[in-house]
Amino acid sequence: MSKNAIMLRPIDNVVTVVADVVKGDTITYLKDGEQCTVTALEDMPAFHKIAVADLKKGDHIIKYGQIIGGLSVDEAKKGTWISHRNIISLPRNYEDEL
Amino acid sequence: MNFYGYKRPDGRVGIRNKVLILPTCVCSAETCRKVASQVEGAIYVNNDAGCSEVEQNLKICYDMYSGFAANPNIYGTVLIGLGCEGCTPENMKNEILKKTNKPLEVFVIQEEGGTTNTINKAVHAARKMVQEASLVPREEFPVSELFLGIECGGSDATSGLAANPVVGKVSDMIVDMGGSAVMSETTEFIGAEHVLAKRAATPEIKKQIIGICKALEEHLANVNQNLRTGQPTPGNKEGGISTIEEKSLGCIYKGGSRPIVEVLDYAQMPTKKGALIMDTPGFDVASVTAMVAGGCQVIIFTTGRGTPTGNIIAPVIKVTGNNKTYERMTDNIDFNAGVVIDGKMTIDECGEKLFEEMMEVCRGKVTKAEAYGFNECSMQRICKFI
Repeated sequence: MSKNAIMLRPIDNVVTVVADVVKGDTITYLKDGEQCTVTALEDMPAFHKIAVADLKKGDHIIKYGQIIGGLSVDEAKKGTWISHRNIISLPRNYEDEL
Repeated sequence: MNFYGYKRPDGRVGIRNKVLILPTCVCSAETCRKVASQVEGAIYVNNDAGCSEVEQNLKICYDMYSGFAANPNIYGTVLIGLGCEGCTPENMKNEILKKTNKPLEVFVIQEEGGTTNTINKAVHAARKMVQEASLVPREEFPVSELFLGIECGGSDATSGLAANPVVGKVSDMIVDMGGSAVMSETTEFIGAEHVLAKRAATPEIKKQIIGICKALEEHLANVNQNLRTGQPTPGNKEGGISTIEEKSLGCIYKGGSRPIVEVLDYAQMPTKKGALIMDTPGFDVASVTAMVAGGCQVIIFTTGRGTPTGNIIAPVIKVTGNNKTYERMTDNIDFNAGVVIDGKMTIDECGEKLFEEMMEVCRGKVTKAEAYGFNECSMQRICKFI
């Protein structure tokens, strides 16, 4: 089935699905006004994230055009469900921000 | 675009007109509850300590409870103390008088000779105040008299996509009309503080924004707590929020886009008008109560998972961006911003609609939490009791 997702910024490497997704669904989202698709590699609940790029351990996960964490597993192929199971929060460097 | 409110002698304008029965400490709280139960139009807020507190906690207690009395939705206050507590009735009275010249009566249980005598006198005083309050005319006031508190709790991934940006639009509208809006919850700035700091009106305010985030992480580290192990909450994770950065980046949308003109300490009243920040914990109830103590007449509270939270002094308008939550918890949620995710409305259109809903509440519409009479109250603390 075809399901929709929201890409918040064109540099994001995850998009948010707006309905429950089952493995094999085609996920459609707009990137800079252009329609793109990704195939879901697994089931995932509504409003969770799906990778739209191949990711490897330590890669920054980008949503809202900002870093929301790093990949904590060896790899996550395009179409993988991205959640707290496979990404971790990164420490802040407040001194550099001041 | 006006509302009908109650002008107070200190110049501020309320949207509700209640008499507050205020305890200095836990030992007078139950007496206050009994008094309020006997007087229609009187309310009470709980105080679960007010004694055996370290200095910094005592200061928070004074700031918070005097702030409740000064909140413009309150006509006047009946303050009840025990007589031997750390948070003394005399000091609390003086803190209230520093903030407002509204009617104030004080009773001390040990001086009155027990609960029954205190209740007798306090009920008389409260009844008189309620009658006086009923004579305050409702007059028309502009949006510039409004001070909105913005909160979120039980977030899911729809919060950052719909509910928070919609509330951000409302915040911008109020600020553009000369009013004020405060966003709180320092925990939920962490990971997005660099984005939020760009809104600082001055380099000093930028430093304060980064500084409160750094201080919170260090404070929690002192008790061997990594902030990231408690955040996001299990419900947040189930709802699609995986890290504190993701939560915060979605959260800060609720504060809009206008320059931040002041960073307030917990439960402090602002000295400036416009877009403000208050340094509160990510614990939503302790954050709402602090903003009410800071003088907010109305609160907008976004939620993804759904929450029942209310406040007895200021009406709380509950907003969700999750259509399913709105349907499932329609007795708790006032406004559905899920239409933004469906593409039926833009963020700006939905924000204008929410602004109108907020104005209705300011004109007297009862929110869902108000209809239940919900009265959550929680206070931030620095450390253990003595």
